[in-house]
Amino acid sequence: MSLSRIVITGVGLTAPNGNSLAEFRGNLLAGVARISRTEIRYMGPLLAGVCNYDPLRYQKKKELRVGTRAGSIGIYCAREALADAGLNPDQLARDRTGIFVGITEHGNVETENEIYAISKFGYDTKFWSHYHNPRTVANNPAGEISLNLGSTGPAYTIGAACAAGNLGLIHATQMLRLGEVDLALCGGVSESIHTFGIYAGFKSQNALAHHEDPNRASRPFDKARNGIVISEGGALYTLERLETAMQRGAKIYGEIAGYCVNSDASDYVLPNPGRQAECVRTAVTRAGLQARDIHIINTHATATPMGDIQECEAIRSVFGEGCPDTSINNTKSFIGHAMGAAGALELAGNLPSFLDRIVHPTINVDDLDPLCSLPGLVLNRPKTVERVDTILNNSFGMLGINSTLIVKRFTS
Amino acid sequence: MTKDEVKQVVLDIIADIAPDEDLSNLKPDVRLRDQMQLDSMDFLDIVMELRKRHGIEVPEADYIQLATLDSCGEYLTPKFNALTSKG
Repeated sequence: MSLSRIVITGVGLTAPNGNSLAEFRGNLLAGVARISRTEIRYMGPLLAGVCNYDPLRYQKKKELRVGTRAGSIGIYCAREALADAGLNPDQLARDRTGIFVGITEHGNVETENEIYAISKFGYDTKFWSHYHNPRTVANNPAGEISLNLGSTGPAYTIGAACAAGNLGLIHATQMLRLGEVDLALCGGVSESIHTFGIYAGFKSQNALAHHEDPNRASRPFDKARNGIVISEGGALYTLERLETAMQRGAKIYGEIAGYCVNSDASDYVLPNPGRQAECVRTAVTRAGLQARDIHIINTHATATPMGDIQECEAIRSVFGEGCPDTSINNTKSFIGHAMGAAGALELAGNLPSFLDRIVHPTINVDDLDPLCSLPGLVLNRPKTVERVDTILNNSFGMLGINSTLIVKRFTS
Repeated sequence: MTKDEVKQVVLDIIADIAPDEDLSNLKPDVRLRDQMQLDSMDFLDIVMELRKRHGIEVPEADYIQLATLDSCGEYLTPKFNALTSKG
């Protein structure tokens, strides 16, 4: 079966250290992390990656009052992606535009807020907001984007734990190839820093990072790593079939080369390096490539003691020692773990490497854990390489969901 | 409370739930929904905020009484005064 070629033509994002691809990339190359300490309900000040985009750029005050943070992040990213792609939101083929947004979770923030609100009224549920249901339905962030754009094609979220950002792009690729849509806005968003439950859950799991210096807290592969820094954020892309993009003379960031999604089927939270390796290997094969053809591997590693080791084990088993042109990095060391947005944001941070041939580093590695030592790891300083033709992006999540997405340099 | 004071209470609530609207020229005798973007969920906000901020209950059958600022004044003033007299 001949599959349509799918290309990336626009990127819109907000990360703790950047509200555009240019700003984000600049900070990744300059070693600028931006993690802060913020007050978490019931728990006190904790580390978080907080985004500072201007929500009123694309939304009215009323939309912000009624909607959710995830919806707002999604709207910002979608509008920015369209602008970057040179597409006028008012002239979209509205019924041919799909919105596919990866989420780790949705509804925790809004439910916690309502419970807190009625606690001020003796837990009398007559004070429970009539907005609770539209705010917490799982399709909320995608639905808010469709409302804001007036887009009438399919718009829904894809729940895939922390693999979700990749899943947004993968699903969009499939929908474009099926001919269901002509333009896809896709990627992932997260509002998880606004829920104490996520923090408390990771804390109880002994998986929450702590460090005196917030910007040094997220330290994948370092011996002293002690857990996850939770972040909010989003990255949405415009994806199109190649012929559509060529017809309108679109700028092309890269082409979807291959992907794989599989499941560990082994544990609720513990990763399974065997299944991760299968996922990576299958994606490489489907892309028509061999391991040595991969030039950048962006790791999922979240800085948990075991998770990092297991991903390195998976990568080692696929790439071994025979891949001299493969560089490996990690974006969470700068921005923390943006949950449902992680995969999409981390891919965005690497896309400019096709042009500048610079691989952004993994920062905060003072003492590399020998169990995480991989050939090609780019530590603490960016590295200029001879060529970047392929980027492999790993994103894994709880309940054993694994995703690998490979993007290649576009050549006509 | 006077009817004007009660109308101001309602206006304060509307200012919060419709923050993009210019309320300076709102006509007291014209339906609120005909003068500004106010959907059924916004309307429920008015009911909710009266409950939260002032302990005023508006049964669903009486929602029509909140159609205009004037009718709000007429309908709500006795309710506010009943609360005040209960003290």
